[in-house]
Amino acid sequence: MVLYLAKRLLEMIPTLLGITLISFFIIHLAPGKPTDILTELNPKITPEARERLEKIYGLDKPVIVQYGLWLKRIVRLDFGESFSTDRRPVMEKIWDRKQPLLDRRLFITFMLNLLSMVIIFLVAIPIGITSATHQNTLYDRITTTGVFIGFAMPSFWLALLLMMLFGVYLDLLPISGLKSMNYDSLSVAGRIWDRLSHLILPVFVSSFGGLAGLSRYMRSNMLEVIRQDYVTVARAKGLPENEVIYRHAFRNALLPIITLLGLSVPGLIGGSVIFENIFGIPGMGQLFYMSVMTRDYTMIMGILTIGAILTLLGNLLADLGYMLADPRIRTK
Amino acid sequence: MEKMSSFGKMPSFSLPFTMGKYRTVFFLALFLIIALSPSCKDRPKAVNSTGLENSTGEPAYGDSLIEGTIGEPSILIPMLAGDSASHSVAGLIFNGLVKYDTDLSVIGDLAESWDISPDGLVITFHLRKGVKWADGVEFTADDVMFGYKTIIDEKTPTAYSEDFRQVKKAEVLDRHTFRVTYEKPFAPALTSWGNLAILPGHLLEGKDITKSDLGRNPVGMGPYRLRKWAAGQELVLDSYHDYFEGRPYIDHYIYRVIPDSATMFLELQAGGIDMMGLTPIQYTKQTNTVFFRKNFQKFRYPTFAYTHMAFNLRHPFFKDKRVRQAIGYAIDKSEIVDVVLFGLGTPATGPYVPNTWPYNPDVKKYEYNPEKAKQLLKEAGWEDTDGDGILDKDGNPFKFTILTNMGNTLRKNTATIIQWRLEKIGIKVDIRALEWSAFINNFIDKKRFEAVLLGWSIGLDPDQYDIWHSSKTKEKEFNFISYSNPEVDELLEKGRRTFDIEERKKAYFRIQEILADELPYIFLYVPDATPIVHARFKGIKPSPIGISYNLPKWYVPEKLQRHRMEP
Repeated sequence: MVLYLAKRLLEMIPTLLGITLISFFIIHLAPGKPTDILTELNPKITPEARERLEKIYGLDKPVIVQYGLWLKRIVRLDFGESFSTDRRPVMEKIWDRKQPLLDRRLFITFMLNLLSMVIIFLVAIPIGITSATHQNTLYDRITTTGVFIGFAMPSFWLALLLMMLFGVYLDLLPISGLKSMNYDSLSVAGRIWDRLSHLILPVFVSSFGGLAGLSRYMRSNMLEVIRQDYVTVARAKGLPENEVIYRHAFRNALLPIITLLGLSVPGLIGGSVIFENIFGIPGMGQLFYMSVMTRDYTMIMGILTIGAILTLLGNLLADLGYMLADPRIRTK
Repeated sequence: MEKMSSFGKMPSFSLPFTMGKYRTVFFLALFLIIALSPSCKDRPKAVNSTGLENSTGEPAYGDSLIEGTIGEPSILIPMLAGDSASHSVAGLIFNGLVKYDTDLSVIGDLAESWDISPDGLVITFHLRKGVKWADGVEFTADDVMFGYKTIIDEKTPTAYSEDFRQVKKAEVLDRHTFRVTYEKPFAPALTSWGNLAILPGHLLEGKDITKSDLGRNPVGMGPYRLRKWAAGQELVLDSYHDYFEGRPYIDHYIYRVIPDSATMFLELQAGGIDMMGLTPIQYTKQTNTVFFRKNFQKFRYPTFAYTHMAFNLRHPFFKDKRVRQAIGYAIDKSEIVDVVLFGLGTPATGPYVPNTWPYNPDVKKYEYNPEKAKQLLKEAGWEDTDGDGILDKDGNPFKFTILTNMGNTLRKNTATIIQWRLEKIGIKVDIRALEWSAFINNFIDKKRFEAVLLGWSIGLDPDQYDIWHSSKTKEKEFNFISYSNPEVDELLEKGRRTFDIEERKKAYFRIQEILADELPYIFLYVPDATPIVHARFKGIKPSPIGISYNLPKWYVPEKLQRHRMEP
């Protein structure tokens, strides 16, 4: 077991190296430079000034040298300084220790995604199971249509409609942001409600869109499992239907969900650009989008590297989860 | 996590179409009823709406102004910043030596007065006395010297040093006198000292400016001070009670970051923000309701920018002046303004904004005249000889591509109208929208284009040497269309070498005449800025330079004040 773990972890190193190398070259291939924001279509800039700026950012060296320098820093876990005009350390922009925990970008995105993921699991799994047990009934059709509406509906459109309804016409919920203007003058209970009320619409919209995948997956797993012989045996023994489904079938149908869990680990910090922009949520998606648009190379590489590490770890965790849950895999 | 797509093992299933349709229709109907219901739309906001538009009331201290912004400032040291959000917030915190008055004349800011030597080479600034930085230290000529030295420092990553490199000598004569000497007379020199935001030398001396904390915790002496900056959310500024032009009436200025403009517009209706820039459709249609008329005031004035179509003058089609003029006659500028900008703009006739002093109103206008266009093309040898509806010359059909940048709907729509108009006189136009960086680096800089649709933001000083002078045609320079006219070169030189406004005016008027005749650009339109502000704010005086120049003088009468913040 330890040997297996060590082998898997060692395998991750070349993979990671390959990912960073390819990412580094691709983002440098894209036209444009981080200094463009200062120099482009700015009639006041001369070629000398442009060169000076590029030298300050180290962009005058060949790409492979730049990658080497970046790699040298990264092995010391130093993500470097952002190439945007503020020149702040990459890690500080992702996880600003000077800000309260609730205002740090990574934490905001993580919490939001965790919340909607929990809701998706809590809602989608029962929907999946019940629509499998009630296959082809009216209920099955209604839930199927419902989750597909969520899947197909553009999230920005739904978000705007809900904002109009609850924010402008009914005046019940805040429209955007994470807290109100008068947050600092609120009582503790008031602050908690203020935070929560700002989360209701974003979490609803993102969960609604994510129901389809998991519930359909669960439904098909369940359908497969309840046709198995051992379920027939359980029924033949005279067990109550509830026990057959939730005790015997359910556990086995849950197994593939482990893969999904593992794969959603990087998604927890990824954040969605459209979604964070529309709700004005200062999360990782926004940060990443901004860095791509301004060609903030160090920032992009920082986020990509963290994402790559989490994806690889998520895969490993999923495999380990299987080994723990399924004796058939463990013996292999 | 959004939208998982693990359909690997899914059994085949059939979508129950009938049910789905009804549910969708039901939801849609529900949303539409809510969204379109007129009683909802015009629902007045409960608070303080009585007599909002008419009551003036006495100026009073207090309340907050919340402005919505799409972009977040990056750094509040103006010489290091490249984005407009940074400059706009830093402008409330820092000052320059001079600034523009509402009629575009130059008035003192931190400088009380100044003398220019008769030969135009020496400017002596007499600084305000007794002005204090927010940390209590007195402002002196050393701060100006520090700012100058920092901006010309090789190690400072700034894009704005060029004007200051023209300075031959800078000296501090005494605590409140600062003198600069130039090699050659340089007309934009005086106003360039308004662009240099003076930094607190006593806090930065001997430190690396890029590593300084000042970019996020600025210490200035302008009307506002930064109190709090929540990344990605908001910047809260408090009024500086000791501001040298008097304490601003509005206590707090809050800059709220809302990256989506549709969301921002909803926030405006819900009372989450007090001020934002409107799009043409929001200005003309969506805010044209009782609710908005009662609760908001809208403003409209020309921006210092123009949109144009530029020809690559090295391209064989566009070398001939008559061809460019023909295209000028074939395009109806007022149609573009009406359709694309909903009328919120002015047709442009040259590279200056109407009603400013360098603007020459009497140049050739190119009223829409397709017959004249066809005739000019014929003179230039373009005729439809093969009857395919497209003009041709020596066997080459008149086909070209207009390049523009992606994501700018106004430009794309403008290009489409031009395409349609040119088709009518037998010119086939394709439109291609490119991502900004690719557009600039691979096409503009390499001169790989036939025509481009772009815009220029112009400074308040009329010097446009870098755009029109024939020496500025190298890669990455701004005369990318390769325009060259010895008379224009000479006039540009003259215009930047004299301080006499009448002399300069003569030079720039003549330049506009030449440009209107030669038409290297089709000058299309000057768009209007269309901000909206909540009606409780009084004392706003629209001017050619906009509305925010007198922000410290805006006020909310006591009984209309809405936000009271804990200190």
